Amino acid sequence: MGHLPAEPPPFFHRGPSPLARLAFFGLVSLALLFADTRYRTLETLREGAAIALFPLQQAARVPGMVLGRIAASFASVSALAEENAKLRQQLAAQAANAQGLASERLENARLRALLGIQGDDGVDATVVEVLFAGRDPFSQKLFVGRGSEGPVQLGAAVIDADGVVGQVTRVHPHLAEVTLITDKDHAVPVQVERSGVRSVLFGAGTGRLPQLRFMAPNADVEVGDTLVTSGIDGTYPPGLAVARVVALERDAGQVFARISARPLAGVDRSRHLLVLSVPVALPPRPEEPADAEAARKPGSGKARRP
Amino acid sequence: MALPRVPPLYPAQPEEILRPARPWFVALTLALGLYANLLPLEGATLALRPDFLALLLLYWCIKEPRYVGVGVAWFVGLLMDVGDATLLGQHALAYAVLAYAAEYFRRRVLRFPLWQQAAQVAVLLVLCAALVLLVRVVGGAPLPRWTYAVAPLVGALLWPVISVVLQWPQRPTRSPSEL
Repeated sequence: MGHLPAEPPPFFHRGPSPLARLAFFGLVSLALLFADTRYRTLETLREGAAIALFPLQQAARVPGMVLGRIAASFASVSALAEENAKLRQQLAAQAANAQGLASERLENARLRALLGIQGDDGVDATVVEVLFAGRDPFSQKLFVGRGSEGPVQLGAAVIDADGVVGQVTRVHPHLAEVTLITDKDHAVPVQVERSGVRSVLFGAGTGRLPQLRFMAPNADVEVGDTLVTSGIDGTYPPGLAVARVVALERDAGQVFARISARPLAGVDRSRHLLVLSVPVALPPRPEEPADAEAARKPGSGKARRP
Repeated sequence: MALPRVPPLYPAQPEEILRPARPWFVALTLALGLYANLLPLEGATLALRPDFLALLLLYWCIKEPRYVGVGVAWFVGLLMDVGDATLLGQHALAYAVLAYAAEYFRRRVLRFPLWQQAAQVAVLLVLCAALVLLVRVVGGAPLPRWTYAVAPLVGALLWPVISVVLQWPQRPTRSPSEL
C-alpha cells in the first residue's frame, strides 16, 4: 500500500492563498499611500507608469475630438461669422490698452530705475492645450500638453484670457499636471483690487467656491470686489485677476468673516491656457537673531529651529 | 455539410460548459476597461460613468480566477491611480479587496440568475467605491455629493450585458447533443 502523498500534486499548486495575497498587496498599498502623502519619493515610479499610460490617454481623447470635429463641421457659417465679429470687437477694445501698455511699461521701468527698485523682467508665456480634466470627483486637476516652446516648468502659474487658473504641480515627459485654484489644497495670495487689502484665497474643492479665510469681520472687502494676485509668494506675478467676491457674511459672533469668491477664469471650461514662466527666485528669508527668539519665548530654554 | 454555427447571444446556463477564456482576450478587455475609465468625460456623464475597470476585474476574478486575481487587480489599480493623478495606492487597494471578495463569492454568485448576480455585484462595487472614498476622506477630502453612489449602481446594471458579451467567445459553437 502506498502512502497518501503529504502534499498535493504539483498541478494543484496555486501559490499563496488569496487572503495572504490580499494581506500582502493591501500592506503594499498602504505603504504606497503613506509614502505618497508624506514624501515625494515615488515620482519616478509615477513617471514610468505615466509614460506607459500615455498612448492610452492619447487614444482616449480621440472619440471626443472626432465628436468635436463632427460638431464643428455642422456649425453654421452665420454662427462662425458672428463669433468672428465678436472676437474682432474684443481685439479692437483691447488694442487701445495694449498700445498704451508699451509706453507705460517704459515709463514704469524708468521710474523704477530712478527709485532703485529691482524691476520685474517681463514674464514669458507658453500656450498649452488642455488634454483632459476632471475624471476624479475629488480633486481639481487638469492635464495639459507640452508647450510649443519646450516643456513647461514646475511651479509655473497658469492663466487663461480672464484670470488665474492654477499652478503646474507635476511635470511628466509629455504632459504636465495643473492644480486648479479651486482645489482643496491650493492657496493663492491675493489682494483686493479696490482697497489693497492682502489675503490668501483658499480653494474649497469640487462644486464649492474658494474662500478668503482669516479675514477680520471689519476687513475692507465688499461683494463685487475683484481679487488680484499680490505677487508676494514669488509664484504668481502680481496683478493677475483671480476671482470676484460673491458672498460676504459678517457675523459679530464669529472671529472671522466668511467671504466666498467666484473664479474669473474659465477654470473648468477653457481649452487653451497660458503657462507663465517661473519668476526669479526671491532672496532667502533673513535669519532671525537667536536672542530675539529667546526673548520672545522665555523659559523655553534653547531656541528651537522650526 | 454543416455550416459553422454562431454561438447564441443569451446568458449561458449554469450547467453549460464554457471553453476557457484566452489570456490575450482577458488582457484586451482589461485594457479596454482602462481606456473607458480614461475617457475625458465631464459633468453628468462623468457622474453616471461606472468604474468599467472594477466591473471587468470582478467579472474575470469570478470567471477566470487562474488569470486574474488579487495581484493583477492591484497592478491595474496602480495604473488607474497614475491615470487619475490621485494618491498612489488607493485604487490599487480597492481593487485588491474587490478581487479578494470576488474570490470569496465566486462559487456562489454564478448559481443565480443574471439580475440577482447584478444585485450582489452592486454590493461589491459599492464596497470598492466606498474604499476609495474612505482613503480620500482620511486624506482630508470633503465628502462628495450623493451622486457618488450612482456610478457603482450603473455598473451593476451593466453586469448582465457584460456577462453575456464576454462569455460569447467562450461558448461552444455546436451543442453537445449533436456530436
